[in-house]
Amino acid sequence: MPSLKQLSSKEDLFTSGHRACAGCGATVILRQTALIAGKDTVFVGATGCMEVVSTIFPYTAWKVPFLHNAFENAAATASGVEATYRAFKKRGDITKKINIIAFGGDGGTYDIGFQSLSGAMERRHNLLYICYNNEAYMNTGIQRSSATPYGAATTTSPAGTVIPGKQQFPKDLTEAIAAHDIPFAAQAAPHNWVDFTKKVEKALSIDGPTFINVLSPCPLGWRFPSNKTMKVSKLAAETCFWPLYEVENGVHKINFKPREKKPLVEWLKLQGRFSHLLNDKNKHIIEEAQNEVDRKWDRLQKMVEAKI
Amino acid sequence: MNKKIVAKTGNEAMAEAMRQINPDVVAAYPITPATEVVQLFSKFVADGRVDTEFVAVESEHSALSACVGASAAGGRVMTSTASQGLALMHEILYIAAGLRLPIVICEVNRSLSGPINIHCDHSDTMGARDTGWLQIYSEDSQEAYDNTIQAMKIAEKAFLPAMVTCDAFIISHSMARLELIPDEEVQKFIGEHRRPYALLDVDNPITVGPLDLQDYFFEHKRQEIEAMKEVKASIIEVATEFEEKFGTHYGFFEEYRMDDADSVIIALGSTAGTTKVVVDNLREKGMKVGLLKIRVFRPLAYEEIRNALKNVKAVAVLDRATGMSSFGGPVFHEIRSCLYESEKKPFITNYIYGLGGKDIFPEDIENVYGELAGIIKEGKVEKLVNYIGLRE
Repeated sequence: MPSLKQLSSKEDLFTSGHRACAGCGATVILRQTALIAGKDTVFVGATGCMEVVSTIFPYTAWKVPFLHNAFENAAATASGVEATYRAFKKRGDITKKINIIAFGGDGGTYDIGFQSLSGAMERRHNLLYICYNNEAYMNTGIQRSSATPYGAATTTSPAGTVIPGKQQFPKDLTEAIAAHDIPFAAQAAPHNWVDFTKKVEKALSIDGPTFINVLSPCPLGWRFPSNKTMKVSKLAAETCFWPLYEVENGVHKINFKPREKKPLVEWLKLQGRFSHLLNDKNKHIIEEAQNEVDRKWDRLQKMVEAKI
Repeated sequence: MNKKIVAKTGNEAMAEAMRQINPDVVAAYPITPATEVVQLFSKFVADGRVDTEFVAVESEHSALSACVGASAAGGRVMTSTASQGLALMHEILYIAAGLRLPIVICEVNRSLSGPINIHCDHSDTMGARDTGWLQIYSEDSQEAYDNTIQAMKIAEKAFLPAMVTCDAFIISHSMARLELIPDEEVQKFIGEHRRPYALLDVDNPITVGPLDLQDYFFEHKRQEIEAMKEVKASIIEVATEFEEKFGTHYGFFEEYRMDDADSVIIALGSTAGTTKVVVDNLREKGMKVGLLKIRVFRPLAYEEIRNALKNVKAVAVLDRATGMSSFGGPVFHEIRSCLYESEKKPFITNYIYGLGGKDIFPEDIENVYGELAGIIKEGKVEKLVNYIGLRE
């Protein structure tokens, strides 16, 4: 693994000048991914924040080949790129290894792109799919997705006087994709760049489909100050709301275990989308959310103990 | 040249053309009545008769999405579909054309739900007529085969995607005589595929499919419009080369006994074949009838069609799709529009027929010619939009 110094001395392939919001977590994720993957890489992005901010014609933030097709089909599109890569390799037109990385937000991955992703994983294409999970449709203005946390206020699950935010727990996409029995599926978060770097490196070293679900704090949609992105990211891991773990060849491994699991409310109270939950009458929602975090964390630990 | 004479269905003919083209990537999904194309091609892959990377996707949406990725990467790319499949691809049809990716679809014309029906009409491709794809309609298996080979070359010359169609079951599943061009001659004809910009050329990175806002989008669309105009020259060039090498003449449309014709039917696909028989019969009876069979519907050869109809007195456009405009079918609209500048406008009438695979018989077509003769005699069109063989 490269040191931070080595990484920082490499040429940026996802360059500055893009138009993301200050404090955007997703751009950190993409920039690091590009640094780790290097210039022999093709990126395929789903419609969403990252495509919109990085490729406003006639400008591009990409110094590596980049393709945007539509919203729901980044994985299928990358399948096609990979198929041509295989065809060219077979007839000797390409000899070097080229990484193929698809990415999408949670809308393009958990929801509308779920079928396309499932298909690509099942067909065993040699590609890495990265979900930058900012837990709602941020590009269209903060609408709920199946990744939005329980109780969160979005513009389509607003904190109303009768219904206090999103009424469902998020889909466990990491486990759903791991259930495709792919060689490597993982969860990561941008504050822990060492862990993230290792995961991207591992994923790219594997011949087969790999998936990394990266929590992507969004100052605009989560409503926190733009200088708190890494703090919010870190607390998500420390509260075990977003465990950093991986599933390699069917075996779960926790990559970060907090010495002391922090209460979920510490993470919630940093973010405006949960502010209505701090009201006494919504206390039960925080309790239920905490119980769910505990249940999932226990389950994960049991799987690790059982070596499955 | 030694052409091999075989008996093949339309699906088999298109699959043979795909085999001989030997694309880098085929991403496809089964759908009646085009399933056989995908099946046959899978067998070619399994038996090592092609070098193609076959991607058996989980939907038509993903089929065309993968084709876009494969083509943008630099590959020669094909797929096959029909009906609901083409409808599911609809969103990506525009993207493939807008990104100027020369993908070829072997399309079998089938009606669209609902209610569900698996038989022939042209609703599916007519619904895709504004997507920026070339559309080439085939009268029989031979044309489906010849058109597929030509479409690949035209598409790659013009950087525009193309769909070649044939009628569900009537052509796709009917055995007919087929002259096969030798494999190596097909390869020589289509040539090597070398793209100036490809994603896999990582040393020259490009961004494909960027966000294109108010300041450039329209300019890019204008380029696409111009390409659609300019491709007409490529269509003729490719057809001319095809005729020189393989002996069969193709154009934007076929004029059948049009020389001194007063009454003309305009049709696409297999119905043109039936109409030819009727024209021959009526000519024997001394009626001045002819057929204009549209082969290339996108781009439409407006001027050439207008010119071909300049001495005609009455035209009946046969539409195997409705368009639901309350004013006739899509082919009718376009033909009527291209006649607006004619010095001597012929009478024009529209016949919607064969939706959901309802048969059209020679007698039906004879009736249409009879009605055209009546229109010429009476000097007026009583009913602009008519239906053939329909219980009312």
